[in-house]
Amino acid sequence: MKELLVISGKGGTGKTSIVGAFAVLADSKVLADCDVDAADLHLLLDPTVRTTNEFWAGKQAVLDPAMCRECGVCAEVCRFGAINGGGSMSVRGIGSVDNASLPKIDPVSCEGCGVCARACPHGAISMEDVMSGHWFVSDTAYGPMVHARLGAAQENSGKLVTEVRREARSIAEGQGLEYIITDGPPGIGCPVISSMSGVDLALIVSEPTVSGVHDMKRVIELAHHFGVKAAVCINKYDLDEVSAGQIEEYCQSEGVEVAGKIPFDEEVVGALVRGVPVVAHDGRGVGIARAGADGADRSGPAGFAGRTEGKAARAMRQLWARVVDCLKG
Amino acid sequence: MIVSVASGKGGTGKTTIAVNLALALEGTMPVDFLDCDVEEPNAHLFLHPVLETSERVTLPVPSVDESKCTGCGTCAEVCAFHAILSLGGRVITFPELCHGCGGCARFCPEGAISEVPREIGVVETGWAAGPAGQARGIRFVQGRVNIGTALAPPVVKAVRSKAGLGAGKDGGIVIIDSPPGTSCPVVASVKGSDYCLLVTEPTPFGLNDLALAVDMVREVGVPFGVVINRAGLGDDKVAAYCRQESIPVLLEIPFNRRYAACYARGGQLVSDFPELGDSLTGLWRRIRAAVGPLSESLPREGDTAR
Repeated sequence: MKELLVISGKGGTGKTSIVGAFAVLADSKVLADCDVDAADLHLLLDPTVRTTNEFWAGKQAVLDPAMCRECGVCAEVCRFGAINGGGSMSVRGIGSVDNASLPKIDPVSCEGCGVCARACPHGAISMEDVMSGHWFVSDTAYGPMVHARLGAAQENSGKLVTEVRREARSIAEGQGLEYIITDGPPGIGCPVISSMSGVDLALIVSEPTVSGVHDMKRVIELAHHFGVKAAVCINKYDLDEVSAGQIEEYCQSEGVEVAGKIPFDEEVVGALVRGVPVVAHDGRGVGIARAGADGADRSGPAGFAGRTEGKAARAMRQLWARVVDCLKG
Repeated sequence: MIVSVASGKGGTGKTTIAVNLALALEGTMPVDFLDCDVEEPNAHLFLHPVLETSERVTLPVPSVDESKCTGCGTCAEVCAFHAILSLGGRVITFPELCHGCGGCARFCPEGAISEVPREIGVVETGWAAGPAGQARGIRFVQGRVNIGTALAPPVVKAVRSKAGLGAGKDGGIVIIDSPPGTSCPVVASVKGSDYCLLVTEPTPFGLNDLALAVDMVREVGVPFGVVINRAGLGDDKVAAYCRQESIPVLLEIPFNRRYAACYARGGQLVSDFPELGDSLTGLWRRIRAAVGPLSESLPREGDTAR
């Protein structure tokens, strides 16, 4: 079993469209969407959710007003600015007359460290478990898929990523699947680090823009930092062939293979609007699977049905073939 | 006035809007630009700031004095982040997991733990010149989290703490370029701003992630409106969603390959396409009208990073 992670550093370079194509092209795989705070892969793969699981992670400080003596210790010890008021630090006279000087705990700023609860001399603060989101196991026309949804403004995205990966691995092992294909989050922070540990290949999707190049360099550095093998794909390479050339030069100097170059093709947006992967099973045009399903006329920038697939789709096929080789190597 | 620019989905044009709004307003008021996308900061590629200061951002992490440690294990029990373990009377720390809450040092009964700074990133300040050509036109602040560091929010807070004192009031603007997504680093960027612009694109991905960003910004309690970038490229469901949710669409920027090419090479759209400068000035007027007069006497939550 091989685990492939598709990441980019910069958002919006085309990670999910490429994973959608791989979903069609790979025979034996489980799909994982690790962009848990803005998951999109389900929009292309139309999953039927089989199980919904609550994700409990972290804790949150909760005040019992009956126990509170308004001494203000909690606000003093909190390093995250999550507690306002109480005792000498309170802004009295604002709001209701009752509870005017009770400390106020801001759940968005609270990191759940529990220092306030321990420090409170009156035992007025308890730490309660927080449900930070959900994760799902689904069926798609292309195989099983694990995805998630982090609650609004919640923390612990890294732990939710770990949960999604753990489930995807267990499905792959249970069903003897060949690949785990993971749609990663943007950036280089906590959820990316959680997505990257121990994968067999990180495919970095770049684009020929100053930001695309800058962000690719940071994410290549991250892969090196964690000792993960990386390869690069240049998406929309023909939008600026000079920058695309610079990406290739940089990759060569870093010993990172450029596994594919995908041309700009409005069919990618067309497929997205139709909610289907840009590559179709039979190599024909996209949009066939659900053409007319919503009854709308989608003749769009290109009338897809019955056409052979476009240049981006063909490039994604070649990319997948190369990625398979990289995973073997 | 603090205006944050966020999106949910990455690559929708946050940096483009934030940078060009700053350029459009430069010369008419004090402008502070804060790049809070500390994992992948990009605004400097378009604003070319001259940086004047650079400071390390550190987090206080535990250092155990083994001569005082009795191996009682209190520190490990206190730590909610599994950053300190007590095994067979010995204490092992994992600084990369530490959030810097200070619990272990505070509650160690032997006083065996002190806190030492661990560098997690840098915050830099300087000035960028815009089309008005002033040498010190736009005050520029950016943060960068070190490669391999999972903790972006403290670096975001460090950037936020550098907001100019004057520009934050009625007479000026602080523009915050936020990271993509909806979790902690975004919240740290958006919280405490007077208005949040959510930049999206008219595709199913754009719509899906816009709805998530709307949930986030409602949770944080900041008034917001939407900018639709690359209008005309996909479908019209984003506009329909905004109507249904009574969310104001403040600006639509049409899809134009020439805009994309300008962005690709690091160009400034308002210089190459003056009509966009007018659109962005209009955007500012609409934000200004939506926020109304700002009271300067009340402290705003989240304004001050520790």
